Amino acid sequence: MSLIKKTMGLAAAAAIAVTTMSAPSFAEDGKGQQLYPLFTYRTGPYAPSFIPGGAGIIDYLRYINEVEGGVDGVKILVQECETAYAIERGIECYERYKNGHNGALTAAIYPHSSGLDVALTDKARVDKIPIVSPGGGQNIATDGRVFPYQFPLIFDYWSEAQIIVNYIAQQSGGYDKLKGVKIATLYHDSGYGRDTIEPLGILAKKYGFEDIQVPVPHPGEQQQAQWQQIRRFGADWVFLRGWGVMTPVAIKTAARVGFPANRIIGDIWSGSEDDARPAGTAANGYLAVSVFPPGTDYGIIKTLKEKILDAGKSDLKDNTKFGTVYYNYGVIEAITFVEVLRTGHKKFGNRPLTAAEGQWALENLNIDEKRIAELGAQGLISPLRTTIDNHKGETIAGKIIQWNGQSWDARTDWIKADTSLFADVIKAKAAAYATEKGITPRNAVN
Amino acid sequence: MMTTLQEPILSAPIRQPLAGLNAVLVAIGLVAAFAVPAVADDYWLSSIIIPAIVMGLAGVGLNLLFGYAGLVTLGSAAFMSIGAFTTYNLLLRAPLLPLPVVLILAGLFAAAAGVVFGLPSLRIKGFYLGASTLGAQFFFEWLFTNFSWFSNDSQSLTISAPRLQILGYDLQSAAGRYCLVIATTALLIALAFAIVKSRLGREWMAVRDMDTAASVIGIPVARRKLQAFGISSFFLGITGALWAFAYLGTADAHAFNLDKSFQILFIVIIGGVATIYGNFLGASFIVLMPIVIDRLSLVFDLSFLADQGALANLQRIIFGAIIILLLIKEPDGLTSLIKRGWASLRRRGAPT
Repeated sequence: MSLIKKTMGLAAAAAIAVTTMSAPSFAEDGKGQQLYPLFTYRTGPYAPSFIPGGAGIIDYLRYINEVEGGVDGVKILVQECETAYAIERGIECYERYKNGHNGALTAAIYPHSSGLDVALTDKARVDKIPIVSPGGGQNIATDGRVFPYQFPLIFDYWSEAQIIVNYIAQQSGGYDKLKGVKIATLYHDSGYGRDTIEPLGILAKKYGFEDIQVPVPHPGEQQQAQWQQIRRFGADWVFLRGWGVMTPVAIKTAARVGFPANRIIGDIWSGSEDDARPAGTAANGYLAVSVFPPGTDYGIIKTLKEKILDAGKSDLKDNTKFGTVYYNYGVIEAITFVEVLRTGHKKFGNRPLTAAEGQWALENLNIDEKRIAELGAQGLISPLRTTIDNHKGETIAGKIIQWNGQSWDARTDWIKADTSLFADVIKAKAAAYATEKGITPRNAVN
Repeated sequence: MMTTLQEPILSAPIRQPLAGLNAVLVAIGLVAAFAVPAVADDYWLSSIIIPAIVMGLAGVGLNLLFGYAGLVTLGSAAFMSIGAFTTYNLLLRAPLLPLPVVLILAGLFAAAAGVVFGLPSLRIKGFYLGASTLGAQFFFEWLFTNFSWFSNDSQSLTISAPRLQILGYDLQSAAGRYCLVIATTALLIALAFAIVKSRLGREWMAVRDMDTAASVIGIPVARRKLQAFGISSFFLGITGALWAFAYLGTADAHAFNLDKSFQILFIVIIGGVATIYGNFLGASFIVLMPIVIDRLSLVFDLSFLADQGALANLQRIIFGAIIILLLIKEPDGLTSLIKRGWASLRRRGAPT
């Protein structure tokens, strides 16, 4: 008897499952709106970096919807989908929202994960959906002729290596003084961490500095041996390519072996408040590359404080995260999305964009100094201009920031990377990829 | 002894007509399976049906070893990664080989590794064997991360299928990938049934139930154990290739980490030990349940109760609670639940 109940219960559960999964498809209340599928990881090991970042995205889009009345009058519909930073869950989210939601159209998808970005490469090509990864993504996808649907906007780790070397050259008194300088790279031993080995090799050959590569196995909570090695080599600078717990451990271990914090330059994912603060006083003077400068002094951030945070509409639960690196990252990402829509509206009219129109807009994005000023984002973002040939943007720049024990101070203005330096290598890699996959690159003229 | 191990309920005479019926049912099932792309859209195919089937197949692979031969392994995902990386490298470096041949070779490579990592099973048992198979798990993750040759020196160490086609027919679309998965699965299920019903399968069960007795009646225990590792890994290797290329579209060594091994083990336990179809129930449960819970919270819009972050965590708690409840109430798995439910329905329906 109870077995029958159980079986019936199972059947009922299955029925509920089927109806709930197909139910949302006949609602049309999203019509006339632009969908922004928000891929979240509010759970899982990397939740602490997403939570403030996601709030930055939501707050900016809320500001656009409620204060500005939408993008050129088109409201943005935010739909969350939790991935827990797992690729499988992310693929489900992608499939759920690639064709829009309740009548709202999808113009672009921000996967918020380098791994997911790679996993979606083939699917996006088949489905013709633009995949946008600001500050992450695949560097070879800069070549939009081979990767029409991948947009590693704003930044990449090769340029980061260049910016580091540029800063060290400044500090040493010019590129010609780099000869004999020892730069050790302490990297997270993963695809992400290894990404700077090749460009640093090229730069070392060009400028004559000594390139030392030291891997740290995941997750990196034990680094005594690595720092002893760095001391033994007599490194002058350390480029710290950490992720998660590895960064504070590195800073602390450096202090223990007597390596000065102001000679360690963190990567963009090693440069948040949550990377420096846990290291305590050992982090005083620690440097980092920043593409998403923290702070609340920027026009748009002030506006968000007034209209969203103080109005009690912010997605932040912990208001001390306002204006942190990750929060500002979220705002910057949301700005790119809104500017893509504006670019598309100029060509296609003020209505929700399709994925094809979104792709066109992403390839014709031009956020220049004038536009940045209008947005109230001076100092927050550097100019961004994309083309078919260049899906990352022509101006790639980062700032060097320094931890004062409480917060980050900008040490420099935007340092531009010379994209021509690696252009040939990246083109060659993209061409090799095209051959491997049997892709005929698009012609940039068409 | 042999007969009781095999099928205790059905005696030989009524098996004959049933076999005919089974064949018809299987034929209908196959036709229905291939008709799925006509009714299911991309979302259902790509993010629900394909992963559920592939994980179910992984469950079959582990169940052959765990359920039938009674050997434990925590390295299932490692054998999947061997299959995935072998497929990638063969497609890339031996472009003349057709996809089905590549898949079989990938299975064979995984099988060879399975036999090697199964060697400890000759001396140790149970928990200790489980711990020793962790070696496979860590070794292959290390191997594929540290030698970039395996991923063709790709920057991010990820692999993606250079081409997915059979006889020039492109399988890149959701329906194409589904057909590849369902055809492979049908063949492998048939193979699994053949093995389980054969002398080999019966001898595995004898080894599982009491290996001393099995060796007394003349079963070569050591060889049977290694065969179990080899065959199980063969299944897992092919599954890994499907997971990487028919589902994810790409993979790196970390896609096949210890979590995945545990997931496969849970599929076997939830679905039912020593069953074939049960694995697909277990896999559907594991793949579907988090999505259902997520969808339910969307439909009933629970955001007034708690913020999105708390809701996301709550979903995980509910999922965990359901698994615990299921294991307490039905330790033999979903298969047993459904079988007994069906049996009692028939008893009630039958004229007295």
